[in-house]
Amino acid sequence: MPRETKPQIVTANDLFEGDVVYFQSDGEWSRTICAAQVVTSALDAKELLARAEIQQDRIVGAYLTNVSVDDQGIPAPVHFRETFRATGPSNYPHGKQVEG
Amino acid sequence: MYVYNEFDEKFVRNRITQFRGQVDKRIDGSLSEDEFKPLRLMNGLYLQLHAYMLRVAVPYGTLNSAQMRQLAFIADKWDKGYGHFTTRQNIQYNWPKLQDVPDILDALADVEMHAIQTSGNCIRNVTADHFAGAAADEIEDPRPTAELMRQWSTDHPEFQFLPRKFKIAITGSPNDRAVTKAHDIGIRMIRNEADEPGYEIIVGGGLGRTPMVGKVLNPFLPRSDLLPYLEAILQVYNLAGRRDNKYKARIKILVHETGLEEIRDRVEAAFERTKSEFVQPSDKLVEALQKYFEPPLFNNVQSPEFENLKAANPVFRSFTETNLAEHKNPAYAILTISLKPVGGTPGDATSDQMRLVADLGEKYGHDEIRVSHEQNLVLPHVRKADIPQIYAALRKAGLATANIGLISDMIVCPGMDYCSLATASSIPVAQELALRFDELKLEHDIGPLKVKISGCINACGHHHVGHIGILGLDKAGVENYQITLGGDGTENFAIGERAGPGFSADTLIPAIERLIEAYLDIRDEPSETFLATYRRLGMEPFKAALYPQENQHAA
Repeated sequence: MPRETKPQIVTANDLFEGDVVYFQSDGEWSRTICAAQVVTSALDAKELLARAEIQQDRIVGAYLTNVSVDDQGIPAPVHFRETFRATGPSNYPHGKQVEG
Repeated sequence: MYVYNEFDEKFVRNRITQFRGQVDKRIDGSLSEDEFKPLRLMNGLYLQLHAYMLRVAVPYGTLNSAQMRQLAFIADKWDKGYGHFTTRQNIQYNWPKLQDVPDILDALADVEMHAIQTSGNCIRNVTADHFAGAAADEIEDPRPTAELMRQWSTDHPEFQFLPRKFKIAITGSPNDRAVTKAHDIGIRMIRNEADEPGYEIIVGGGLGRTPMVGKVLNPFLPRSDLLPYLEAILQVYNLAGRRDNKYKARIKILVHETGLEEIRDRVEAAFERTKSEFVQPSDKLVEALQKYFEPPLFNNVQSPEFENLKAANPVFRSFTETNLAEHKNPAYAILTISLKPVGGTPGDATSDQMRLVADLGEKYGHDEIRVSHEQNLVLPHVRKADIPQIYAALRKAGLATANIGLISDMIVCPGMDYCSLATASSIPVAQELALRFDELKLEHDIGPLKVKISGCINACGHHHVGHIGILGLDKAGVENYQITLGGDGTENFAIGERAGPGFSADTLIPAIERLIEAYLDIRDEPSETFLATYRRLGMEPFKAALYPQENQHAA
């Protein structure tokens, strides 16, 4: 039985635009955190990151980050840095908060 | 202003062609990110929190109107219609796309600008007094020397892979507006007893996680020795600077660990060599550089309109009191355009604002514009008679904030809103602080006060030299703000002292308010500044205001 960990997702920046992206279960990247694949074991996390990191032609700097998960299984950021990344800057309506 | 020669033009264009190829190779997969990253950084391209960021050099902070218009054009065509002016007198674009960057660099080259050496472990853009060539207190314009250093340091084959980044600042005035003591090398233009011109060379200053006051390495270096002497310092640092630990790699650590005397001996020994080997710039080049920066032909026609409007309009008078500085020509003034509107983002200008500043610089300012390290723009040569018209135009564009040197004229790094290194946000803190003091209507009563905010220990917001410094940290996943007091970036340089435990985001502004109230209570007279009061009374009364509960506890 793999050791249970806090829920985690893989995030990175898009190579072309630099925008924050999240790794999905189908191997594609989403611009929104809701679509990210959530894993809850150290082994799954390692595998997810490895699968994501292969895509060097699409993304930069993939890493694992903790999330909270609601009763629908939808992930949300835990750390305030990830909240900024998921939303965009606070001083202008730029980035994800307007571009989706 | 300096004009590119054939060599400069060719060098910049070649570099863009090279970078365009590197971008293509990154996209087609023949370069990995590990291979590409140092190459993009050499060309000023970072990857930040939400997007790429391109840092464009404004050499020693000097621009003409055509260059400013091009910066506006780039903001509109490839970014989101604005730019961010930085403490190193540069401009940053927060939203460029990777594939567009070579085109942006071409557009910059069209107006003799580039992003080379704005990142990486090399000699960065040389900064200078933003009032250079205009200030009444100036001994000499530092920009010909700054340009000479730019030419020497650009693509210098020996100094492309230093242990760490290397920053040089120069001032030609005894009143230091270039923070020379917080640079790897600070240079003060001075005269000796025989009235001969020379340089005082300061070394090993810096902010960041280990703030250090620069030390005088050479109290008087003859003019013609400058480049071989700098070469000698860089050689000593390049060989002996630590490469084992990024946080101990700056020259300040080398000077601190080795001792100033030993460093001086090594530099002198290296200088013996470099002096004989160095190919000095020709007299013709040195003379040509002087010519590029000759003062404009001043028009001394006076007009009563300036004084009349000052008498009639208190808002205009207030603007003239804060935003004008004394020019060497009494018919002129230096006009600082504040990029710190209350509640705005410090250092940001929209493309329309950039174009307006370009127009005003062209029409009224002998085509000269400056970027200050305090994140404002400057028209260094404006006729007093023209200031009413300039003011009216600025006012329409939201650029007439009368706050230079006051509490809302803060230096603020981008912080967690943009920066991938940040540990806390800084822009919202600045916005909230400015809005609160605007509400209290105390700003002008408080008088000169420099607040500087950094969103991490790297101190891009210069918090160590703020009269009030604010440092944002991540304390177990929550933003926490430390306050330092008594810092000073001028010729009376001092590093601020930490007041005590940090504050949460929602208790920080009330704490600053208590601090200011305490100052207003204990100052000798309204003319005693916050910094002077701090120097007279020390930390205690301010600490008591910041931490009232502890006092009750002790009582």
